[in-house]
Amino acid sequence: MLYREALNLAYHEAMTADESVVTLGEDVGFYGGSYRVTEKLYEQFGAHRVIDTPISEQSIVGNAVGMAIGGLRPVAEIMTANFALLAFDQIINHMAKLPYMSNGKVQLPIVVRFPQGVSKQLAAQHSESYEQMLAAVPGLIVLTASTPQAAYHGLKKAIELDDPVIFIEHELLYNKKGEVDTQARFDPFKAQIVKPGNNITLVSYLKMVDDVMTAVPEIEQQLGVSCEVIDLNSLNPIDTDTLKTSLSKTGRLVMVEEDHKTGGYGAQIVSWASEHCFYELDAPPLRIAGLDTPIPYNRTLELASIPTPDSIAQQIIQWGKQNGL
Amino acid sequence: MEKLQLETLYYTMVLGRQFELAAKEHYMQGHISGFLHLDIGQEGLSVAAMQAFAHGDVFTTYREHVMALARGISAKSIMDELFGKATGVSGGRGGSMHLFDPSHFFYGGDAIVGGHIPNAVGCAYARKLQKADNGVMVVFGDGATNQGVFYESLNNAAAQKLPLIFLCENNEYAIGTHIGRVCPFTEMAKKAEPFMPTLSVDGMDAVAVYETVTEANDFIQKGHGPIFIEAHTCRFEGHSMSDANRYRSPQEMDICKDQDPIEKIKPLLDSQVEANLTEKAKQEVAEAVEFALKAPEPELSTLTDHIFCQGGCHHALS
Repeated sequence: MLYREALNLAYHEAMTADESVVTLGEDVGFYGGSYRVTEKLYEQFGAHRVIDTPISEQSIVGNAVGMAIGGLRPVAEIMTANFALLAFDQIINHMAKLPYMSNGKVQLPIVVRFPQGVSKQLAAQHSESYEQMLAAVPGLIVLTASTPQAAYHGLKKAIELDDPVIFIEHELLYNKKGEVDTQARFDPFKAQIVKPGNNITLVSYLKMVDDVMTAVPEIEQQLGVSCEVIDLNSLNPIDTDTLKTSLSKTGRLVMVEEDHKTGGYGAQIVSWASEHCFYELDAPPLRIAGLDTPIPYNRTLELASIPTPDSIAQQIIQWGKQNGL
Repeated sequence: MEKLQLETLYYTMVLGRQFELAAKEHYMQGHISGFLHLDIGQEGLSVAAMQAFAHGDVFTTYREHVMALARGISAKSIMDELFGKATGVSGGRGGSMHLFDPSHFFYGGDAIVGGHIPNAVGCAYARKLQKADNGVMVVFGDGATNQGVFYESLNNAAAQKLPLIFLCENNEYAIGTHIGRVCPFTEMAKKAEPFMPTLSVDGMDAVAVYETVTEANDFIQKGHGPIFIEAHTCRFEGHSMSDANRYRSPQEMDICKDQDPIEKIKPLLDSQVEANLTEKAKQEVAEAVEFALKAPEPELSTLTDHIFCQGGCHHALS
């Protein structure tokens, strides 16, 4: 099943099981979704539950907040993370804060989902990643999905929760194929050990998990080590238990992320490891991230601005050699 | 308007006035902190709008103490909230600007100007989908009509034919900036005219407000979509306690205060009844203050409660 089909299945099951689940966004209904995630939902559940909105991101999330206050369980699609910036007032000042400000009297079972990241030459206003900002907001759960399995179970769980969830996808993952076991006990809040290993813990999420996995054979061959690859899946809360267990075993941490390095999400993981796993570490942690530049249009420049399998492998091999591997 | 209804209207207005005067006093004494936006002068509008819309959902702004009282939320629990006490209507987490009580269909107290308007639109969508027999009212000032999301909301509510009353309290000032200095016209209803029917009312006349909101409520119940009310009003105080109101001349303030909505209703009541109601309101506020002074502070151990609905931040991992 494709990643986008897994999301669609999750939607389909959630909307069938619970009439209060609605979805809203630009082109989600009649058109079938910009990335076809909401395909056929309009035909199945009707225009009143699959709501085509005008181009008005602040209202999309703002209306979702009001719908949740009114007893619905809205799933809002924002076309990309870049457009979600228009909705940050609603996401942060309203969705994340009203439950706390109201002393728990207002509950907001809302999912705001959007893709992010570098696709192919979409330039700076369609290519950015903003998980670092949203994971820093108290009151938001931030989930990601790097596989169809994670997409299906993650979105289903997000819709079931009574709290606001930011559900982040990646533009290049929508056509990724993978097995979806609907009966599996998949916990989206648990970091996944994608590949077990003994000498280096490689932490990542979203599309970078695939790039890390592509880089691993060369790293292992060049350094004569085995890598443990962890997909965080949930960015807030963080499954620190899985990280701690892995770092206790390997003693080495590499954090790989696509967003800009300064203030990037990986800084949180490295900071946590420095505070809580200092004595388990045998080497300084390595952070591999995008450059501190808006994403350029030109393909060569674009690829140079973010980690690639090759750059990931080269940086890790060099770091490994400098640190006794 | 029937006698009893008029008395209830008057009582709640006086209760609102007394409440605000007490809040002002205790702000100056240091018992209340943060931003305190008083509704003095606008009580007729606040109370009449709520009482004419007793069964609908209400979303409003940070100047909401009197509306909360008119909704039936107790003076005690509101005053406790202003004092930051655990027994406050929002547990001491919201303060003056964030009074939430879904049991009275009252959802704040929003302090992002215009930020609650799309929330009301969403709630109205839910009510329409649920085929509920109540609608939604969103209250905002003239200043909020300059926010982009206001226009998004007019558009969405009209496109979806939602049961929603837009109530604009036009007191002509966005903090200290007169609306005429930043808008090409001063009638805010003009902004809504392309989208929906509009009504205009003297917001200093509580009976007129009651009648206009009743008319608007009848309209939205019929499924014709939203309606916009512009109520011309005037606040007697500064924007908040930190605003010395220097931008309005004494002459302008005299004209404003001559329209006192409480004085306007007073002659319609029996003088003894009026005196009794005023005394009762003063008593209720005095009790609320006495209660708030003694009420317990929130427990430190509850600091991170209610970030998520099940309690602790990591509930989702369990």
